Amino acid sequence: MRIQFKTSYNDDIRLFEDGWSLSVYSVLLFVAIALPFIINDFYLGEMTNVLIWAIAGLGLMLLTGQTGQASLGHAAFLALGCYSNVILIEQGVPFILAFPLAGIITGIIGTLIAFPALRLHGVYLAIATIALSILADDIIVLLEPWTGGVSGKFPVPIDIFGFEIERWTMPTRFYYLVLVVTLITTLFYRNLLRSPLGRAFAAVRDSEVSAMAMGVHIARTKATSFGISCGITGLAGALMGYYAGAFNNETFSLVISIQLLMMIVIGGLGSIHGAFFGAFVIAFLPQALSILTKSISSDNVTIPGLESGVFAAILVLFILFEPMGIYGRWLKIRTWFELFPFARKDMFRRQKSYLKTERLR
Amino acid sequence: MSLLEINNATLKFGGVVAVNDLSFAVEEGEVYAIVGPNGAGKSTVFNLISRFYDPFAGSFRFDGKDLLKRKPDQIADLGIARTFQNIELFDHATVLQNLLIGRHRHRRSNFVQEMLFAPKVRRAELVNRAAVEQVIDFLDLQPYRNKMIAGLPYGVRKVVELGRALASGPKLLLLDEPASGLSVEETQDMRWWIDDIRKQMGITVLMVEHDMGLVSSVSDRVLALADGAKLAEGTPAEVQSNPAVIEAYLGAGAA
Repeated sequence: MRIQFKTSYNDDIRLFEDGWSLSVYSVLLFVAIALPFIINDFYLGEMTNVLIWAIAGLGLMLLTGQTGQASLGHAAFLALGCYSNVILIEQGVPFILAFPLAGIITGIIGTLIAFPALRLHGVYLAIATIALSILADDIIVLLEPWTGGVSGKFPVPIDIFGFEIERWTMPTRFYYLVLVVTLITTLFYRNLLRSPLGRAFAAVRDSEVSAMAMGVHIARTKATSFGISCGITGLAGALMGYYAGAFNNETFSLVISIQLLMMIVIGGLGSIHGAFFGAFVIAFLPQALSILTKSISSDNVTIPGLESGVFAAILVLFILFEPMGIYGRWLKIRTWFELFPFARKDMFRRQKSYLKTERLR
Repeated sequence: MSLLEINNATLKFGGVVAVNDLSFAVEEGEVYAIVGPNGAGKSTVFNLISRFYDPFAGSFRFDGKDLLKRKPDQIADLGIARTFQNIELFDHATVLQNLLIGRHRHRRSNFVQEMLFAPKVRRAELVNRAAVEQVIDFLDLQPYRNKMIAGLPYGVRKVVELGRALASGPKLLLLDEPASGLSVEETQDMRWWIDDIRKQMGITVLMVEHDMGLVSSVSDRVLALADGAKLAEGTPAEVQSNPAVIEAYLGAGAA
């Protein structure tokens, strides 16, 4: 086991715990940069998809994992980010401005929606946000002059100061763009977690009463969380638009919202790793399944509902046996190796928490 | 002028009068204890000071400021910190993070600065960390610094909650049953800490407690409540020998 001696408080708030984890993540970054030279264009496209889903997952993770507010409406914010990016570019705004603006617009609208919605708790909030997903579909159809309605839209190739990026003809460039956005988002997320706002999120998640007594403004904190979450999701939505190559009112459906929520639960709630692990599952599961079905039967039969069935089964198994998700399992395996041979079976078992002070509402 | 002044506070839940025309004042630098049988309204008084409940009538003044004009999340900023009867910690965070949340009232940065982790945020974090570290030293929490709350024993959680309140740097500390559920040794520790909090840190303590041993050893004045109204007020010995108090606790005729 690595033991690290800290000699200043800065040691505790830096991004990487110690030299070892810094080198691990550097290797990971190097692999990510070298990836286009290692794998073919098809799998590079799939990796791009993983990263886009991971960004969206980080967005929802901030709200659900960190602040404890479930949302099934995030497909609406993916759509909002996607459409506002494309519409801004059509109005002549360059991509380098339109893309962050799409995130900011989505964030602001998310905050406005948050104020009424976040008066609800738990499952009621989830139900209320389903309405957003469903409404988004209709609104896109109604706003046809801007959104193209049912016939949809095709994003024009990205142009950054004359440097063109297109998803199909230049997958490597698009991959690097997505990678840069992923890195920036992850950095922002990490920074939030180590600053007062990130702790306020955790406080709201675990006990609103005592968060209030510590001076945390509950409604404002939740709305901020919702806003930042929607902003990140909006960025992912804009990238998803480019990745899909064409989108209409049905691209960002309720199913996407559900997949997103399932993804972060499977990955591991409340951790950055969880968003990435979950994104791998979401993006590669359809591929893995099609390879599997092909290997079982030679003729090309598609089994309807197989994907969602397997997905649901995975989710149920995780909730039953590993509520901390893939990341939780990963932590356990890592600890086992670090402590070898002293790891005990019950090390991660937690005591049931005690009776909470009676809730005030 | 007293640090905390409560005049004619009344609170009703439906037909139940939880606090009935209660007045008392806590002087700066003292340890003031509220005792009383279950359901006497002790914790309700705390929740009124924390502004979790709106009183029917009465005035609440702290340090010359009207508490009724503040929202619950603005109370901490005045310098009032509290603990809860049944421990309200942030279970999925470490001890260190819990204590740092106590510093939330000193936050001066906005979310954009925090997202970029601007130098200002880092400086503030170092100050927060130093303040929290003093609390950790004071309460001997070093072995638990990076442990998750969810895995800690009850006695330690109680201390962490006290630490979180102290970390905010309060003028007035509200302790809701600091010794409930603690062993004899832990209660003894709590007694010394409350003494030190008052003497070394100069923090005024208002506490609700059932353990009369603890109350009589640390508090300067005691208020006895029954059915939301004042029964007796005075030094611990005076209150304990008051016939009305004995009757409320043990029933009529026991004295």
